[in-house]
Amino acid sequence: MDLMEYQAKELFAKHGVTTTIGVVVETAEEAKAAAEKIGGVTVIKAQVKAGGRGKAGGVKLAKTPDEAFQYATDILNLTIKDLPVNRVLVTPATPPEEEYYFSFLLDRSNRQYLCIASVEGGVEIEEVAKTNPDAVKKIAIDPGKGVDAAKAREIATEAGFPEPVFEQAVTMIENLYKVFVEEDATLVEVNPLARLAGDKLEALDGKVSLDENASEVRHPDHAQFEIREEADPLEAKAKDLGLNYVKLDGQVGIIGNGAGLVMSTLDVVAYAGENHGGVKPANFLDIGGGANAQVMANGLDVILNDEQVKSVFVNVFGGITACDEVANGIKGALELLGDKATKPLVVRLDGNAVEAGRAILNELNHPLVTQVDTMDGAADKAAELANA
Amino acid sequence: MSIYLNKDSKIIVQGITGGMGAKHTALMLDSGAQIVGGVNSRKAGTTVTHKDHDGNDVELPVFGTVAEAMKETGADVSVLFVPPAFTKDAAIEAIDAEMPLIVVITEGVPVQDTAEVWSYLQGKSTRMIGPNCPGIITPGESLAGITPHTIAGKGPVGLVSKSGTLTYQMMYELRDFGFSTAIGIGGDPIVGTTHIDALQAFEDDPETKLIVMIGEIGGDAEERAAAYIKDNITKPVVGYVAGFTAPEGKTMGHAGAIVSGSAGTAAAKQEALEAVGVKVGKTPSATAALAREILQSL
Repeated sequence: MDLMEYQAKELFAKHGVTTTIGVVVETAEEAKAAAEKIGGVTVIKAQVKAGGRGKAGGVKLAKTPDEAFQYATDILNLTIKDLPVNRVLVTPATPPEEEYYFSFLLDRSNRQYLCIASVEGGVEIEEVAKTNPDAVKKIAIDPGKGVDAAKAREIATEAGFPEPVFEQAVTMIENLYKVFVEEDATLVEVNPLARLAGDKLEALDGKVSLDENASEVRHPDHAQFEIREEADPLEAKAKDLGLNYVKLDGQVGIIGNGAGLVMSTLDVVAYAGENHGGVKPANFLDIGGGANAQVMANGLDVILNDEQVKSVFVNVFGGITACDEVANGIKGALELLGDKATKPLVVRLDGNAVEAGRAILNELNHPLVTQVDTMDGAADKAAELANA
Repeated sequence: MSIYLNKDSKIIVQGITGGMGAKHTALMLDSGAQIVGGVNSRKAGTTVTHKDHDGNDVELPVFGTVAEAMKETGADVSVLFVPPAFTKDAAIEAIDAEMPLIVVITEGVPVQDTAEVWSYLQGKSTRMIGPNCPGIITPGESLAGITPHTIAGKGPVGLVSKSGTLTYQMMYELRDFGFSTAIGIGGDPIVGTTHIDALQAFEDDPETKLIVMIGEIGGDAEERAAAYIKDNITKPVVGYVAGFTAPEGKTMGHAGAIVSGSAGTAAAKQEALEAVGVKVGKTPSATAALAREILQSL
């Protein structure tokens, strides 16, 4: 889960990382009031889970509260990378004398953590890495050892933090690592990390991604970072039903078991769609191992509420789960849904107890259900029906 | 022959008394695997009873610790069905006991826990498969995990996959040929055994004639495997990658299955594999057809 800047800064503050959170508001009037309260020049920043906010016009310097009102109005009307801006952060303008870059992240490739630091910050780090690679320091962190005071000092030295802010940098590095491990993040990034007037080191911006597995296991408080009203309504509904669902832009609803098989199903449907007017998969939905009637009904209910959907492809390989259980699940789901089931269903069953499963659906002889024996054939049929 | 697991493997189950542990202990026994006991510190000294492959009752001892279970049974494999919050400690206990192979089935383990376990494992004798995986099956010999043992029998294909259901699907597609070993390495961002490890093991296994490698979006494991194949693998490799239609920045079921910016795309993985001569199928059935063609010419 990616956090917005103000949420990241809340975690920074919790772990002693020097930052100024500012005031988060949802209207231009509130932005004006916040600017008045803060006094002087303020920065109005769009709060969205996307990078490149500055380039998109989502960050403005306001000299007066009236300007804050005007800029907040403009920014709240923006859409940045398809995300509507619903709130802005108002902070005091603190012009940096120098800007640095700092991050901790999960290094999947090397199965460890990585610290990336540069005293040439403030711009996109990928850009610095291209134009001046020597200025970007990468320091491996052993997850078993972590970052203590000595390691923080080693990092600060390697990165080349200048003497007037060096000790502050050491403390900040230790605290940023606390954010990383104690909150179970996969990314903690500060860009810019700024040297302000009076040699004060402060995180002017923040980006944090949290590991959702860890949030589930040991951070119930992370639920506060989800803004439910802004989630896709179908995704929110699926989440409430305990379903693993991702909304996509397409016409063929997909239900399958197992993440890999469902991803593969989306691809196969997209290929089939090339021969049927370019129809595409409408969603990712993994109902997992136990495909009983209720789970199947919940899945169908979510998918049939997607107005774009024209047909549904149920693709199940019976591994541990037997196909007759899945077929009974489909039968039960259609009974539960009754008149709400209105779109054609293409079902492909294979694997454990496939004959029994197919027999149940043959006997059901439901007008909406078509059985096709192979995954490729069923994808083609579902695409054809979505294009009818 | 096979890789990592054979008919002599003696398996214990950490979490044998839980719902998943009990269910799959029964299924592993039914496959003919030698399950010799389990671990649950709160139920040490008790036993659990299941049926073996021939329908006879088997009474399995429950031990308090992995070390004790190893000492009493000679176990050399442990399968973990432990809830995610306790997986790290259970894995470390098995590593401390010098268990040769641990197979972590559990889904939902915090990635920093896996990172710590991986760090702890360095320089030690244990191999870890998983987490978030279906485990490993050597058909006709043994099963350490949840892969249905009825899909396919013994044969010349070595299979390594990030995904459970795609493992099953591919075993089903090639069931007339059969498998030396099929290993699901797991869909998490960090796993103990990689495509590369399995590729080398299959290269060294005389029974394996062809390797099928299944990948999916996220990370760069497939690209690394491609580079490895170029320099180290002489056996034919057929590949499949899932997730061409996955949008950027969305986790597709598996915690590790996410395209970040332009990194981790299926297209990049396919390209890397094809560049080193691996034939990559567009769909699971097309992949099976490619494998079939090579197997028939061997």
